[in-house]
Amino acid sequence: MKTKRLISDIIYHAFIIGLGFLMIYPVLWMVFGSFKNNVEILQHTERLLPTVWRWENFPKGWAGFGGTSFSVFFKNSIIISLIATAGTVVSGTLVAYALARVPFKGRQLWFNIMILTMLLPGQVIMIPQYLIFRKMGLVGTIVPLTLTKFFGVPFFIYMTMQFIKGLPRELDEAAMIDGCSRYSIFSRIILPLLGPSVITMIVIQFYWVWDDFMGPLLYLNRPKTYTVSYAIKLFADATSTTDYGPMFAMSTLSLVPVFTIFLIFNRYLMDGVTAGSVKG
Amino acid sequence: MICHCPDQIRAAADTYTTRTKENKDMQNEDRSEQRSRFSRFINNDNTVGYIFAAPFIIGFFAFTLVPMIMSFYYSLTDYKITAAPVWAGLKNYIALVQDSHFLNSMLVTVQYVIIGVPLKLVFALLIAMLLTHAKKLQGFYRAVYYIPSLIGGSVAVALVWKQLFSSEGPIVKLIQSMGVERFSFFGNAHFAFLPLVIGNAWQFGSSMLIFAAGLKQISTDYYEAAMIDGASAVKRFFSITLPILSPIILFNLVMQLISGFMTFTSAFVITKGGPNEATNYVSLFIYNNAFQYHRMGYACAISWVLLLIIALVTLIIFKTSNNWVFYESEQ
Repeated sequence: MKTKRLISDIIYHAFIIGLGFLMIYPVLWMVFGSFKNNVEILQHTERLLPTVWRWENFPKGWAGFGGTSFSVFFKNSIIISLIATAGTVVSGTLVAYALARVPFKGRQLWFNIMILTMLLPGQVIMIPQYLIFRKMGLVGTIVPLTLTKFFGVPFFIYMTMQFIKGLPRELDEAAMIDGCSRYSIFSRIILPLLGPSVITMIVIQFYWVWDDFMGPLLYLNRPKTYTVSYAIKLFADATSTTDYGPMFAMSTLSLVPVFTIFLIFNRYLMDGVTAGSVKG
Repeated sequence: MICHCPDQIRAAADTYTTRTKENKDMQNEDRSEQRSRFSRFINNDNTVGYIFAAPFIIGFFAFTLVPMIMSFYYSLTDYKITAAPVWAGLKNYIALVQDSHFLNSMLVTVQYVIIGVPLKLVFALLIAMLLTHAKKLQGFYRAVYYIPSLIGGSVAVALVWKQLFSSEGPIVKLIQSMGVERFSFFGNAHFAFLPLVIGNAWQFGSSMLIFAAGLKQISTDYYEAAMIDGASAVKRFFSITLPILSPIILFNLVMQLISGFMTFTSAFVITKGGPNEATNYVSLFIYNNAFQYHRMGYACAISWVLLLIIALVTLIIFKTSNNWVFYESEQ
């Protein structure tokens, strides 16, 4: 009985690990691809590991295009991602508190509008938004990529609302009896408890903005302002033959910040995502 | 003792705060009259609610409602970005219905959604169920299976995908070595959508997490009772797991449908809509019309048709959900 159990355990874990390997195979292929040259990538695709580790792909890719190096692209990406994420967190917690806890007139209406906005396909407002920003002379700046995030991202408002709803109401009520205003209830009681929710927002919104392609495609028009995700695309657009090694090297580097944040916050992330989406 | 009647507590709290305010008023009459009126206003639930919700409300008007109205207006005009819009009535909409490129674009998008979304959800649910058996390593496994979702939307991965499924890539080589000669994904209008669908299904991580959380909440009592009654694993899945998870399936289904209809980056980077428009999905079609051909009015009309179609599909799903979504509390 015991050995039978052990065998089924081994088969189970081997299966999961095997499938997991298959899942991350494309990622590994990219990472190892950053050490290969075109011949190895195109002629010997079945080989995962490089025969020679060509570190020179990294400085070659980092040099970028037309005198603008990846230092600039990374700096742009970091600035945009940080500002957009900060905006999302600030607006998300404030609005979620109002919708989850404050019984104001019209709350149900605004909640419904928020849900409808969440379900609204972005394409419908993309063109007029672009035209508005164009009229204001903001195309080519980071404003269109960051400003809207300060006005609440419905997905995160909804997620944080569900999280706040899970906090015991007795906390608010006790504070209220002690004469706390709703402002201090928010800042002293609710906000400090929002940790997992805030972390989830930071991780997910950071990688959404970091990976965003359509925003930079529409709004950034000078190489000096490009983000990493947009700059990588230029490797593929090059008029001469694509240099795959440097392209994969930069692709790999572009994923490092996202991975780092994920590894640091992974534990909390699972709690935050699931708390938000299940109840309700 | 904890009282569970929030209204009473709030009433008590209100009288308490007013009473303290009254005391203060008596001590400091002239200034406090104004101050307490202000404080009553600022602490009024309506004021508090609108102050906290203000970012969203302002943003809704500025970045959603006004653009939507503008978009609708433009959809009724001829608008080449360089000149002012010229009223055209329903011309764009009439042109749409006759535009074979648009009809093809809708068709391939619907095909992508109908095949891609169920594939992704089934996969997410299977993996979520599979991982519930891993005790200590569950967190680690889940993190590994989440990695594709973490990076899958990026251009970096799109470029990898393009290479993996290209004629020189390992997957095509594998298929060819199995005897299918001259096989190709991106050169063949029938198969070009497959790498995109697979890439989308590959990013099943967030749906998986949501399913996993739902599975965790199912009481083991149900399964134990079913096992005593001799129900098979398949029977248990269909009569316990699926019904209890149905609200979560609904949530995932709606979210994935919408993002499926809007798929853009992969088609833009990997196939550029080709070959022969086989992956010319609606978002790409809108983008090209607006920003390549500068037909803003036409592009707005397409986006409104897309909105109507998504709204209709979502509505149908919600209406029929009464028949298949099961809420435990209704028991």
